[in-house]
Amino acid sequence: MATVTRSREAALGWIVGAFEHPTRHAPDVSTAELHRACAAGALTDAGLGFADVDGYFGGRDVPGSNVSWLIDYLNIRPRFIDSTDTGGCSPLAHLMHAADALASGRCSVALITLAGRPRSEGMRTGTAPRPGEPERPDSPWELPYGQTITTLYAMMAARHMHRFGTTAEQLAWVRVAMSQHARHNPHAMYREPVTVEQVLASPLVAPPLRRLDCCVISDGGGALVVTRPEIARGLRRPGVRLVGGGHTLHGSAGGYFELTTSGAVVSGAQAFAEAGVKPRDIQYASIYDNFTVMVLMQLEDLGFCAKGEGGRFVQDGQLIAGAGRLPVNTDGGGQCNNHPTNRGGITKIIEAVRQLRGEAHPAVQVKDCALALACGPGGSVSNGHSHATVILERV
Amino acid sequence: MDTLLDMHRQAVLAHPSSQPFWDAAREGRLLLPQCAACGRHHWYPRTFCPLCHSSRVRWQLASGRARLHACSGLLRDPAQTVLAFVELDEGPLMLTHLVGRQLAGWQIGDELQVSFRALETGLHLPVFRARETEAV
Repeated sequence: MATVTRSREAALGWIVGAFEHPTRHAPDVSTAELHRACAAGALTDAGLGFADVDGYFGGRDVPGSNVSWLIDYLNIRPRFIDSTDTGGCSPLAHLMHAADALASGRCSVALITLAGRPRSEGMRTGTAPRPGEPERPDSPWELPYGQTITTLYAMMAARHMHRFGTTAEQLAWVRVAMSQHARHNPHAMYREPVTVEQVLASPLVAPPLRRLDCCVISDGGGALVVTRPEIARGLRRPGVRLVGGGHTLHGSAGGYFELTTSGAVVSGAQAFAEAGVKPRDIQYASIYDNFTVMVLMQLEDLGFCAKGEGGRFVQDGQLIAGAGRLPVNTDGGGQCNNHPTNRGGITKIIEAVRQLRGEAHPAVQVKDCALALACGPGGSVSNGHSHATVILERV
Repeated sequence: MDTLLDMHRQAVLAHPSSQPFWDAAREGRLLLPQCAACGRHHWYPRTFCPLCHSSRVRWQLASGRARLHACSGLLRDPAQTVLAFVELDEGPLMLTHLVGRQLAGWQIGDELQVSFRALETGLHLPVFRARETEAV
């Protein structure tokens, strides 16, 4: 069957509102209220109100068995609802789906929210097995081994080191770059810059991964407002539009999968083809950084460098804004800034929007930033991870 | 009972087609699903072949031999469990535990042999240990 390439015009959705909640610890606020506060922030940013919203997009972080309860809580009246959930990359998928719904006339003002409080709830995100789901088809075969997110990513890192000679120092450079960016973010959870030596001196959690290879656990959230070009032009915000997107699942394929490859191979190729651009055209990239190794794997799989060259690509400060070849996660990323409700997808889009608007911190703002990429996985290896990539353009 | 193991027991009950595997495991035998149409083995087991989508899948006695693909473990884990992906001789990668050595004692490529751990649920779980070098 031939692949149908969607026209660029059909894919257009303009992001007119973007908001990242300043909290990183919210023990006294409900999750529903965090969603509301994020929605209000993004709508204010857009110059719109709750009454204007006629499309809602949210994932499993929305409290309740489905998104209905939050929609009722907000008292909005959507005529289009999407609750796609593929883990941490869900907001990237929501952005693509919002663009499609806008283009087809299903809605005019799309609201995407993400929020949660794993830090206040004492969740051991990376080092405790997740509650089992007996009906899940892999549960009889994988659940009793008690794998955690960190041990699975540690095996990816071990394999990448074995195959390509990637070193712990190279992984550390990812953390160093994020920490250099977080210095300038007053809301970042960890604002203290770290050196390669400090990363390597941090305790091993699951070899070869150390504590400073892992992202933060934070409360908070974010929201986006997406609309059609004709509405966007009447608002006061600088124009940022979606020009390409891809979404996939990189599964266990019956046991014949490669631990050192991410779904970015597929989602990235689709996004680049749809946008009609190449990796070398990208001026800023938000790369999901739940673990340092995931950043260099995605850079390879997106085509920023050859497979196996990720370590050399990121070393010596090459991801630091103003110093390196590709500024990545200029808000400090999940490593140092924020990973609200264990889902980095929305903060990845928000920092890309800041860059394209010229509203990033002056110390990390990419000069004349016109084209940016945001991407990330959801879930983890073995039983399959999803992956989504979007490419955004300044209008 | 350990919550995870109780959940595992429920998962086995929720997948009736997995019963022959657990029956064999109790007797120390590792079964793998093999496709009669394309000849390939797959993991994790399904009632169809995920590689060619034929439904002609049957349980076959496996060699029990594998090679270490990657391993790790939480250093703070009091049980010092070693989690691993092993490459079965029959082809697919399998998530499992390694037993008989500390984490630092293992290397990618190590040759392995299946073994079974009796769980408190009465189920027997495949794990892998270092394969003894056969005498010439």
